Amino acid sequence: MKGRNRWYAAPYIAWMILFTVVPMGLLLYYAFTDGNQSFSLASFQKFLDPVYIKVLGRSLWLAFLCTLICLVLGYPISYLLAHHKHGNFLSMLFILPMWMNFLLRTYAWMSLLENTGLINRLLTAIGFGQVTLLYNSGAVLLGMVYNFLPFMILPIYNSLQRMDRSLVEAAGDLGASPAAVFRRVTLPLSMPGVISGITMVFMPAVTTFVISRLLGGSQFMLFGDLIEQQFLQASNWNFGSALSVIMMVLILIGMAIVNKLGGNQSEGRTIM
Amino acid sequence: MKKLALVLSIVMVLGLIPLAGCSQGGANTVLNVYNWGEYIDPTVLTDFEKETGIKVNYSLFDSNEIMYSKLQGGGSNYDVIFPSDYMIERLIKQNMLEELNYDNIPNASNLDPLYLNESYDPGNKYSLPYMWGTVGIVYNKTMVDDPVTSWDILWNEKYAKKIMMYDSSRDSIGVAMLKNGFSMNSRDTTELAAAEQSLIDQKPLLLSYSLDDSVDKMLAGEAAMCVVYSGQALMILGDEAKGADFGYCIPEEGSNVWYDGVCIPKGAKNKEAAEKFIDYLCRPEVALRNVEEICYSTPNSGAYALLDDATKENPAAYPDAQTLARCEVYADLGDFVGTYEDAWTRIKAQ
Repeated sequence: MKGRNRWYAAPYIAWMILFTVVPMGLLLYYAFTDGNQSFSLASFQKFLDPVYIKVLGRSLWLAFLCTLICLVLGYPISYLLAHHKHGNFLSMLFILPMWMNFLLRTYAWMSLLENTGLINRLLTAIGFGQVTLLYNSGAVLLGMVYNFLPFMILPIYNSLQRMDRSLVEAAGDLGASPAAVFRRVTLPLSMPGVISGITMVFMPAVTTFVISRLLGGSQFMLFGDLIEQQFLQASNWNFGSALSVIMMVLILIGMAIVNKLGGNQSEGRTIM
Repeated sequence: MKKLALVLSIVMVLGLIPLAGCSQGGANTVLNVYNWGEYIDPTVLTDFEKETGIKVNYSLFDSNEIMYSKLQGGGSNYDVIFPSDYMIERLIKQNMLEELNYDNIPNASNLDPLYLNESYDPGNKYSLPYMWGTVGIVYNKTMVDDPVTSWDILWNEKYAKKIMMYDSSRDSIGVAMLKNGFSMNSRDTTELAAAEQSLIDQKPLLLSYSLDDSVDKMLAGEAAMCVVYSGQALMILGDEAKGADFGYCIPEEGSNVWYDGVCIPKGAKNKEAAEKFIDYLCRPEVALRNVEEICYSTPNSGAYALLDDATKENPAAYPDAQTLARCEVYADLGDFVGTYEDAWTRIKAQ
């Protein structure tokens, strides 16, 4: 076993070194140096400006809200899908919009939400006044939920569908009420799906930058926008890299916490 | 580990082969042109391809800073770029442009000397002007009942959520500098702080910071006024259905007059083809087609002569000398660029 097989991983390792390890090294290098290539923590000090902390706070808060809404919307629908006889077909319908380009779908929201857009024309026609829907944090949140919801539904749907149904029946036979069956059996068994759904929604949500620019009118700067601006507009690669490193560390901590919670849940499952 | 090294080197060598292939010139020359969005008549490109057999690979940017980052990052292989005055100055200072060989650009003689020999590129060694214009306020007369004469109107609370600014550090900070009575080229930290504060105060009044979408947004009636480049204003004013509702103002505090040049970045692989392309753009009839398509003002006297009188007399396109006298050309800010960008980041991050 030890001899040849491990070379099968060589292409992947080469890929990882070229496109993950090397860029990561460059990122760290830029983050910990200044414009003159000497070691410096200036970029991290600069981040301590309340303005940038506020941007980070806004990103974390919006990503948290987005994940929460996706979970609240996504869990019941996944549950229904998993118990529906055409569940597979229906879940494909949920992925269908993802075949279209993500930017295009976000632009579509712009023309829906504009002051002169479809929704406002409808509101005006039925007698309500015009409402400003676009260019606020609500529009950004809507765009995030819309784009990331499938990432919550799919893993939960999968874990619910693969669940051993006989456990539910057994719990029922042993006298558990439907609510108790859900709470003691279904929910714990679907936790791995919930955990991966949370990770898959939270991570892109906290680093997104296009949605906030388009639906927020470049006014609701998120952490992703801040990083992008440092690289593309301000040509300050050192600060941009430092911000990326901070974001990575935060995501790693977040994932560790989520995995820890998930770990406890799977212990719960073995007890069951 | 030796085997791993072998596999790695094979992967790397394989990766380099297509790159090496690209650098070969020859009959199938591909010219990489990097221009602003909506900044050329697209048929000009196809006609150039037909006439010369050179294939044009056309890509777009939406601010000088983004273009600069791409060039600076390396790895890009553009042959022709269209930076603005202050960016040309910076690129020259940093030795990032090739000198133009005028033997290959005979049509350069069509350019009006009025627009040549500017301070950003004395003697036009590295650049030829492609278009010029001003920065001003385009406003919807059906939504604005105050006279638009000053930048101050962009801070008028009456128009809250009906104001759009341009999403570019230089232009937005420049406008705020003028509002405060300073120069758009100021390198004074207290003046910059005042401008920064003005823009932060203005933020709650804004609908958005927009880019090329301002034309559509204004025509759709999304906003009452917007800071735009003159060509965008002319596109709005020239709209058949709604153009008459709009006005364009170069405010009394002054504004920016700018030149977008055409240049060849250092190390361009197809310098001769690039010069051929620049020469093509300098032909009066080609320059005219571009002007008619994108509405900006032409520095090409041949093309100007071919314009209709209405355009020549339109003060938004060709403002009088008195108006132009109060407009400044942007100068490269040198080391102060970082200070501007930091201020801009803080404004946007609020």
